[in-house]
Amino acid sequence: MQRILKILFFLLILNTNFANSISAENSSKLLTTDWSFKGPFGKFDRASLQRGYQVYNEVCASCHSLKYVSYRNLSEKGGPEFSIKEAKAIAASFEVTDGPNQDGEMFARPAKLSDKFVMPYSNEEEAKSANGGAYPPDMSVLVKARSGGADYIYSVLLGYVDPPENIKLDDGVYYNKYMYGNKIKMPKQLSDGLVEYSDGTNATEKQMAKDVVSFLMWTAEPHLEQRHKTGFRAIVYLIILTVLVYFSMKKIWSRVETNV
Amino acid sequence: MSDHNYTPSSKFGKWFNDRLPLLTLANHLTDYPTPKNLNYWWTFGGILTFCLITQIITGLVLAMHYIAHADLAFSSVEHIMRDVNYGWLIRYIHANGASMFFLAVYIHIFRSLFYGSYKAPREIIWILGIMIYLLMMAAAFMGYVLPWGQMSFWGATVITNLFSAIPLVGESITTWLWGGYSVDNPTLTRFFTLHYLIPFLILGLVVLHIWALHVPGNNNPVGIDIQKPSKDTVPFHPYIVIKDLFALLLFMIVFAFFVFYSPNILGHADNYIEANPLVTPAHIVPEWYLLPFYAILRSIPDKLLGVIAMLSAIFILAALPWLDTSKVRSAVFRPLYKQFYWILVIDVLVLGYVGAMPAEGLYLLIARVATAYYFLHFLLVLPVLGKIEKTTPLPLSITSPVLGGSADLAMAKNTDVRKEKL
Repeated sequence: MQRILKILFFLLILNTNFANSISAENSSKLLTTDWSFKGPFGKFDRASLQRGYQVYNEVCASCHSLKYVSYRNLSEKGGPEFSIKEAKAIAASFEVTDGPNQDGEMFARPAKLSDKFVMPYSNEEEAKSANGGAYPPDMSVLVKARSGGADYIYSVLLGYVDPPENIKLDDGVYYNKYMYGNKIKMPKQLSDGLVEYSDGTNATEKQMAKDVVSFLMWTAEPHLEQRHKTGFRAIVYLIILTVLVYFSMKKIWSRVETNV
Repeated sequence: MSDHNYTPSSKFGKWFNDRLPLLTLANHLTDYPTPKNLNYWWTFGGILTFCLITQIITGLVLAMHYIAHADLAFSSVEHIMRDVNYGWLIRYIHANGASMFFLAVYIHIFRSLFYGSYKAPREIIWILGIMIYLLMMAAAFMGYVLPWGQMSFWGATVITNLFSAIPLVGESITTWLWGGYSVDNPTLTRFFTLHYLIPFLILGLVVLHIWALHVPGNNNPVGIDIQKPSKDTVPFHPYIVIKDLFALLLFMIVFAFFVFYSPNILGHADNYIEANPLVTPAHIVPEWYLLPFYAILRSIPDKLLGVIAMLSAIFILAALPWLDTSKVRSAVFRPLYKQFYWILVIDVLVLGYVGAMPAEGLYLLIARVATAYYFLHFLLVLPVLGKIEKTTPLPLSITSPVLGGSADLAMAKNTDVRKEKL
């Protein structure tokens, strides 16, 4: 048994060390904050997600799409949990092209819960030409698509500083302390008081960055809460079963003169 | 094989068994005499079977929802993650299951290396195992391509391009593999087909692997031949079944930890960016379990020789039963081999580490030294060691060390008789 514990311990150490070394590689210098979704019991902060949606909608959505997210997701469990009514109202404030109708023509209608988030540009080329040749990436899984994850996006949002003297920037290129290569084509977006939170939270730069990154963490991992909850149950179940099987094994092997 | 003269008790059982001896097989499997001193390193065979079945079942469900098309693959994976009931769980089990599979197979292989399980009369088991390992790598590589992220696409490009190193026909072969002039939709659809096929080939080989195992029976930590059945053995059921189950449950706890609490840690962030043939990622790295071979590939400056070195690194394992000239199986009784064994383990870990780093400067130098040592271990150290090493005395039966509670005591007793055995 001692040997098994040693092995298990070794595996866990390996696991955590590996995890640390990977995240340490890129995020040792990244900014971070008290993310509510971190850790095995992590959950999303509903109010923060709702505020995050507001920041996304008012600041990011003019360039960045969320093409894998539907309006119905906004009211689903484990997310911002807007009421169905609120989610419907949000959807209805956007216009989608549907059709063809019976006359064979496309028509515009207000978006429904079942629609995906409306994209700011009709295609990648249009997005590029509107943004100085840079394509604003889709943000549905952005948090998972960058090493450093939530901390990285948070840092980039807050990482706009004056460039060091030896670096010359072209027009439309900005210096960012945390961006890979330090050059970014997106200008600084957040500034204190940029949005007016309906729940009265003070819209500081850091608060908005935290809220919108939480929101993006949710769009990237919409089932995170369920995953954490199911995981806890699964592991507790496995541990209990393991203990039971261990004693059964001891009993069975006691018939043989040897140690398991 | 233990006993073929099993007679079912019921009349129908007897009638059926005379026509198809399934009950004899079941009886053989439950009674199968197993050395009673097997340690927990021997539980990984069962764990690997579990991994294979898990991959097949989760893969089956994923295939119901996945769309193998260059324009739709990435979004169909997102569909699985978001809208399919428990799709996130099934996909995370499948993705991390591949890593767990390789973790288990590496432990299984290194257990074999330590205890000399590949030696006569178990060479065929070993070679079948290497074939399974090769197919696993092919399946894992093609599976990683299916989500059609950046790493999928560029990994596929790098690996398929290796075939272009073949003289004269290389370019044509690569084009043939791609089904076009670059990695594209035809490549994806054929990779999906093969990814679905290979696990069943593995399953077939696993049956042969176990069949071949049941002829001589298990090796054991002492590495000596034993009488079967005897007081050195226990029936497979319930003794080994319950022990394997216990080890499997411990393994599943580690597995669950990855699936539920760090499902993406073993993958690469770039694979959540949809494949784009026009943008090359900064570093193209394979999954962690292929890194040692990737390091060997990159450590050779010539492309063709690099490919040959990489393939040799795998195929050399198949020749291992003949490269290792020592007649003593277990490293327990081989003081020198034991040290070289651990050097090899470190060497492979180092190769894995430098495989993940850019191939330049010090990393490249380390990769070259480690590659050279890898081949040296198999081609020079093992053949020579078998001739010059002074092994410590072997016990006569496994019961003695097991009963005595100390291997040394038993060995001391048997010092005089051991010579004839060697």
